[in-house]
Amino acid sequence: MDQHAAIPPHARTYRYDAVDRDFLAARIAEFRDQVQRRLAGELTEDEFKPLRLMNGLYLQLHAYMLRVAIPYGVLDSRQLRQLAFIARRFDRGFGHFTTRQNIQFNWTKLEDAPDMLAALAEVDMHAIQTSGNCIRNVTTDEFAGAAADELVDPRVYAEILRQWSTLHPEFSYLPRKFKIAITGAPHDRVAAKVHDIGVIAKRNAEGAIGFEVWVGGGLGRTPVVGTLIHDFVPEAELLAYLEAVLRVYNVLGQRDNIYKARIKILVRDLGDEFRDLVEAEFAAMPRGRYRLDPEVVQAIAAHFAPPAFATLVDDPPALRRARAEDRRFAAWCATSTHPHRTPGYASVVISLKPIGGIPGDASAEQMEAVADLADRFSFGEIRVSHVQNLVLPHVRQEDLPALHAALDAHGLATPNVGLVTDIIACPGMDYCALATARSIPVAQRISERFADLDRQLDIGTLHVNISGCINACGHHHVGHIGLLGVDKRGEEVYQITLGGSATNDAAIGELIGPAFSYDAVVDAVETLVRTYVAHRTQGELFKDTYRRIGPAPFKEALYAPA
Amino acid sequence: MPLLEQGRLVADAFVAIADDARLPDGAPALVSLARLQAEATALLARNAQLGVLLPNDTDPSALAPFLHRLSLVALRFPKHRDGRAFTQARALREHHGFAGEIRATGHVLPDQHAFLLRCGFSTVEVAESADLAAWQRGLHAIPIAYQPAVAGDATPLGLLRRHVAVG
Ligand code: SF4
Repeated sequence: MDQHAAIPPHARTYRYDAVDRDFLAARIAEFRDQVQRRLAGELTEDEFKPLRLMNGLYLQLHAYMLRVAIPYGVLDSRQLRQLAFIARRFDRGFGHFTTRQNIQFNWTKLEDAPDMLAALAEVDMHAIQTSGNCIRNVTTDEFAGAAADELVDPRVYAEILRQWSTLHPEFSYLPRKFKIAITGAPHDRVAAKVHDIGVIAKRNAEGAIGFEVWVGGGLGRTPVVGTLIHDFVPEAELLAYLEAVLRVYNVLGQRDNIYKARIKILVRDLGDEFRDLVEAEFAAMPRGRYRLDPEVVQAIAAHFAPPAFATLVDDPPALRRARAEDRRFAAWCATSTHPHRTPGYASVVISLKPIGGIPGDASAEQMEAVADLADRFSFGEIRVSHVQNLVLPHVRQEDLPALHAALDAHGLATPNVGLVTDIIACPGMDYCALATARSIPVAQRISERFADLDRQLDIGTLHVNISGCINACGHHHVGHIGLLGVDKRGEEVYQITLGGSATNDAAIGELIGPAFSYDAVVDAVETLVRTYVAHRTQGELFKDTYRRIGPAPFKEALYAPA
Repeated sequence: MPLLEQGRLVADAFVAIADDARLPDGAPALVSLARLQAEATALLARNAQLGVLLPNDTDPSALAPFLHRLSLVALRFPKHRDGRAFTQARALREHHGFAGEIRATGHVLPDQHAFLLRCGFSTVEVAESADLAAWQRGLHAIPIAYQPAVAGDATPLGLLRRHVAVG
């Protein structure tokens, strides 16, 4: 019997075989045993903690939270339906998509966790290494395998890195968590330069595949843009080179101070010596053992072969007509579609940022609706983007009106992708035990303030990112406008940084001045947006205006006495 | 303390000798790195097996001059979350070709057993009160590995995967 019969035939995800499934079953049995030992008191919380974290189970303010890995953000429709089932059966009917392309269930019971993992395993999913001081879920471009500008399909290497890092015997007890992002397009949509390792796949003059390796980027308490340590690691040496980086970090990374334990601190402290140490380790390794064979790459690439696209033309007449007749549809087309490499197709972003909603939340019903629409319109494939939206990667342009209508019926057609209300926000004080302030309600209020679509379209692309504490899960440093909620003598206040960017021109936003209260922060954002609109040149983005004119006009607008 | 080799209890021939204590005549001895460095000539000339305890913040290349005479390198986990010794063990095998016993000491959990062996450890020192069945389970819980490692890997299954040979 075809063991993949239940997967839509064209969904291009990595398909498990019996060996992968045995592995997962063994892993769940092991965790079930660990949970039982914890419930029976045989394991202390201190001993259990790293074990549960390696299975994605966090302890939050009100309950456990299970963080499920969505490897490099790629899902098929069957998997998304199962996530909807889990949301209904074990949570409160919702799931929360994160900036690391994962999904979190915020109301998990410890004794349910093994059953949730078993339900995930039914669709070849798991929560391994979504927490703990190990190599986390590798993230990639949400338009991988579809984007018009792509040079190398990053999913192939993301899957290779996923396998390589799974229960890695040497790198499961690192000084701190470790995040890798990989892209294969010249336009960086994965924030490669603010990851522990950012990998940029490219081709040399002979057409051979190799990788730029950036290390030591990151946000959090010490935000820093990464350093390029190798311009072209040949494909066969990718794993060896990354092993060398991880070995240097595992040995020399600080372990006595949690705030100095990320690789970025080591890279900063060692400077050029870091690269020298990596090169020395790389040179000394038995490289044959760690060689990535072309046959392995080919076998994995076969899982991601393109679906059977039809021969179509771009911008068909029916689409043009629909745009002309319906302004909202036209706005949605303009904001929510991304150029596809195949004529007549588009990638569609589904906004999980309805006006006044919780960024990244989706109900079980919405997940099921998206799964059905993926089957109807996108070869059964769905992606999670690192700005907490969903993507249908391969949609016929002629189907866009029907898709839009269907999404609209489920509250999923908000035409705000990339606009001021497409806000990244971390869970903040509403869920997170580490939070110093709320972030979700601030996102909701900003979203309501800018609800008017014409105004949003006039403002254009603008990234507002919000974190509820210095850990920066909401990526505030790389927002054009970044908000960081902190506690000031028992009061929540919001520091504002401006000019950040997570893409090719990666930059850490600059603090503009004294913080604003919870009540005043929305007006402050309003003032910043007005100042930008008044000063921008044609087509200039917020961060570019800020870089051109500097902080003074923004400061003056914010702080000058009325 | 009990010593496990591939999950089985084995006798520990070595006696740990404090830095100021006299070495036993003709019996296997485990000494600190500081003592080995200070008394290298005398220690290496003894007619008995020699082991050294390498601190986990010391590069194993510090042992290079002595390795040919060492039967045992003991590595320490001050806390089970401190994974430096995994890389030390791997370096001893890969960079220095050390073929003797590498022993895990300190705070390690049964759940780390398979990782230890895959990184090149050959033995684990466990607490007197250790649940040996849990250590057995830890060794066999996951029979598959997704990446190359130093030891215990049977023929590759294809792709990156391989069966892990244990015990
Ligand atoms: S930034 Fe802080 S508050 Fe927000 S999710 Fe991360 S740890 Fe929690």
